[in-house]
Amino acid sequence: AEVEETLKRIQAHKGVIATMVINAEGIPIRTTLDNSTTVQYAGLLHQLTTKARSTVRDIDPQNDLTFLRIRSKKHEIMVAPDKEYLLIVIQNPCE
Amino acid sequence: MSENLKSSKTTLKGPKTSAKKQKGEKAKQSSKGKRKQLDKKDEVDLSMVGIGHPEIFPLVFTTKTQEIFNCRVDEDVTEENCFKLIKKEDIIQDLKTRAAISDFHPVRKIVLEYPGEELLVVFDANFQYGQNFYLVASEEAKENFLKPPETAEEKEEENEEEKEGTLEVHPYKRPVHKPWVSLGSEKEVEEESVKDYVTKIKYMFSRVRRKFGAPIRFTDKNASHVKGSYVECTSYEDKSFSIKLLEKDVGVQMVPKVREASTQTKWTYPKNAATQYFPRQLSNEEKEESLSSEKLKEFLTSVHLRMEIALQQNEIMNAFFDDWKALAEDESSSGDKSDVYLKAYQSFTDTHYLKDRSISCVCWHPTIYGMIAESATQQLSYEGRINRSNKLLMQDSIIFWSFFDPTHPQLILKCPDDIYCFQFSPSDPNIIAGGCFNGQVVLWDISHYEEKLQNAKSVAVGDKKAVNMDNASVLNLLECNDMSEPSFMEGNESGTHQARYCASSSIEYSHKTTITDIHWLPDYFEVNRMGTTFENRAEVCVQLVTCSPDCSILFWDIRATKLPAQRPSEKVKENMPPEVPDTFKHLNFSWKPLIKLNLCKSNTSMEYSPIKISLLEQHYHYKISDNAQSLNKPQALTKERPYAQMSVPSNKTLKVLESISNNFFVGTKDGEIIYSDWKIKIDSASGKPVSKKPSHKYIIHEEAVNTVQRSPFFKDIVLTVGGWNFAIWKEGVTDGPIFQSSSTAKKYTTGHWSLTRPGVFFIGREDGNIDIWDLLKKTHEPSHFQNISKSMITCISPWIASPTQQFLAVSDDSGVLHVLEICQILSHSSSNEEVNVLDYFEREVKHLKNNKKYQEFQATE
Repeated sequence: AEVEETLKRIQAHKGVIATMVINAEGIPIRTTLDNSTTVQYAGLLHQLTTKARSTVRDIDPQNDLTFLRIRSKKHEIMVAPDKEYLLIVIQNPCE
Repeated sequence: MSENLKSSKTTLKGPKTSAKKQKGEKAKQSSKGKRKQLDKKDEVDLSMVGIGHPEIFPLVFTTKTQEIFNCRVDEDVTEENCFKLIKKEDIIQDLKTRAAISDFHPVRKIVLEYPGEELLVVFDANFQYGQNFYLVASEEAKENFLKPPETAEEKEEENEEEKEGTLEVHPYKRPVHKPWVSLGSEKEVEEESVKDYVTKIKYMFSRVRRKFGAPIRFTDKNASHVKGSYVECTSYEDKSFSIKLLEKDVGVQMVPKVREASTQTKWTYPKNAATQYFPRQLSNEEKEESLSSEKLKEFLTSVHLRMEIALQQNEIMNAFFDDWKALAEDESSSGDKSDVYLKAYQSFTDTHYLKDRSISCVCWHPTIYGMIAESATQQLSYEGRINRSNKLLMQDSIIFWSFFDPTHPQLILKCPDDIYCFQFSPSDPNIIAGGCFNGQVVLWDISHYEEKLQNAKSVAVGDKKAVNMDNASVLNLLECNDMSEPSFMEGNESGTHQARYCASSSIEYSHKTTITDIHWLPDYFEVNRMGTTFENRAEVCVQLVTCSPDCSILFWDIRATKLPAQRPSEKVKENMPPEVPDTFKHLNFSWKPLIKLNLCKSNTSMEYSPIKISLLEQHYHYKISDNAQSLNKPQALTKERPYAQMSVPSNKTLKVLESISNNFFVGTKDGEIIYSDWKIKIDSASGKPVSKKPSHKYIIHEEAVNTVQRSPFFKDIVLTVGGWNFAIWKEGVTDGPIFQSSSTAKKYTTGHWSLTRPGVFFIGREDGNIDIWDLLKKTHEPSHFQNISKSMITCISPWIASPTQQFLAVSDDSGVLHVLEICQILSHSSSNEEVNVLDYFEREVKHLKNNKKYQEFQATE
């Protein structure tokens, strides 16, 4: 229930297109998009997050990745990584 | 030897007599240098090994020791008399008594090992060896010290005497032969020497000379034949012992013949060309489980804050907005009035075809550059028309022009009557549908001429092609009019091809009056008899919609219907000329509309008379952003369109498309704008299908509406032009137009949106002027106007030929088609123009709503 509420709140933000929760292996657990797109996003972003995290830690082992934002022409993909899960939100910035 | 000794002595000896000072000084200097060297070395080795005198040991003699051994300085031992012989036993005694304090302690070992009885101690007045005394450790050295000084002294005295006498060089004495004394080495030499013990045996071999170098011949010889050449031990059968083998176990294996071969290839290493995979997915239960797990809750609580911050950041402002760039664009977009122009590019007219004719509709060819088609009509009285139709003359209805040949039309399409509107099929530019004056819908298939049209540049003037076509029956069999009356085609112009129409609709079921508007339905959906939209599997445009002032809107399908054909072919002689392609043979003579909509006025039994129609789902020839795509698409359709084979599929097999909007705007003859739905309902009372009554009606224009057009950018914005004003509507806003222009002096006859700029549209006027309106600049008057011709403008059609070139085709009442080039400012939009225009429209909508509220408020007061 709390989980639902939090996800709903995030989804209700202005411009948010989709929200996804991915587990540590890149398998989507909860999503608001259709299956094929979700699976694609999950696979790709999971790999990218792992790469980004390893980059940060290579440079400074004490450091760790907290947030990843990818801004593209059409929208912005935001990834919040954690030990076991990944929260992905795709937002269309108002401009 | 004595001389050698002398030299060594000079270095050894320290204190010298004054007579020997010369040499002594030299020695001192050298020894001093050596002493310095020694000081630097470590002091562990007490001897003068460094200098090369390992038997000299410098010692310090304290006064006590000096007393004991009677070698007190300057008393017993002086510079001259520096030698002192001390008994070894005394030294040992001293060592025992005084142990560590004894001065001899460092050299104790030397002393104990000393072979002789007495040790020589020399007083070193000049500290030649570092201390005031030194001990000489070997007998030999001792002897040297003691004796040679005497001999040296003597010798040097002698030398000195000699020197004092004469300074002559010693004469060279030859070495004297002495008898060799054997020391026993010849024995060894003898042993070592090599002597021959055995006499050597000599052999001599000879052969006849001719045998040398002869070619060699080998022969075989059986070894067994020659006795004695080999020895063998043959096996023999032992009679006493034998086993007879009864059974034998033998394994047999088939081995395929293999052959090894190799070649050289370029293939270096295997690389994955493609991988097929499917993604892992969790089952529903697993998902539920994860969702309800504690870990997820924790994760979300820790993560959602970051996410919200990021989302809010985006909402607040766009961090990547380039202000400089936007500033530059703003400047460039606001050009001067003088910069805006429509440059005259070409104009097409023809005295033969277009005399006294007015152009009713202009369409650009979707794919071929520079190809434009116009439909020409004649202004005839009613009688004139009847006369003409009786003669069954084919009218030159649609004329194709190319940029490259302004004087001769490329192609002329013939049809029984004047065409008032026509359209190229978006999916196949060779199919043209036109609406006739008499209400028929006519189809052409010009695929035969496609190549010629494309090569229009190479068409020379002198190319004369005589195209002789017969005329055939044009009217429907049911009409039973005059049947096939062959008549000839007039005028085979040089280079101009003429094409006859392929199919026309049945007159009975067509419109009763002129068809004023015709559109192709887009290729992604199709409509059935009930007006329900289905997906279009064929993915080509197969349906048309036409409207006419006879108060009806008809939907047509160009495929063969499953309805039982009336078998017209048996009754009528089909005299279709052979040159006409039979693409639409199935339709000819029997083409019926799919749906017929009557636009009834609500509350009354009267009907509207639509002039122009605009559907929400329009198929645009010209896609704004990807020009190349839309141009390439028709080229892919090289094969014939088998419309005859295509049949209307049954409703069950197709998927219903819910998202397609059934609504459309209609502009009527009386100046009304109607918004309605084409879905057919079954009237519960009569059981007959009845079209829906229009939902909204607006009277804005004074006269007949001549343009109803959707904006290429915003699907719900519609421009309507009629009478003395025009209006812009937004679908969904039912209060009225969101924008309405003020009435002008001259009537507006036509209008068209710009294809590239969202807020720009062109309006044609009665006096031959074109008004260019830019909603972002001015809304009370056109931002620019230009006079094109003297007569009324009948049609405007813009066209994007290339990203840098945009043309505007303007046709007028006198039969002239002007092609103008649109300047850069009018063709290029700035980046945020669309957004601004959208904002403007939204503001207008709000304004309208507020107005309405205010009016209501006023009314209640």
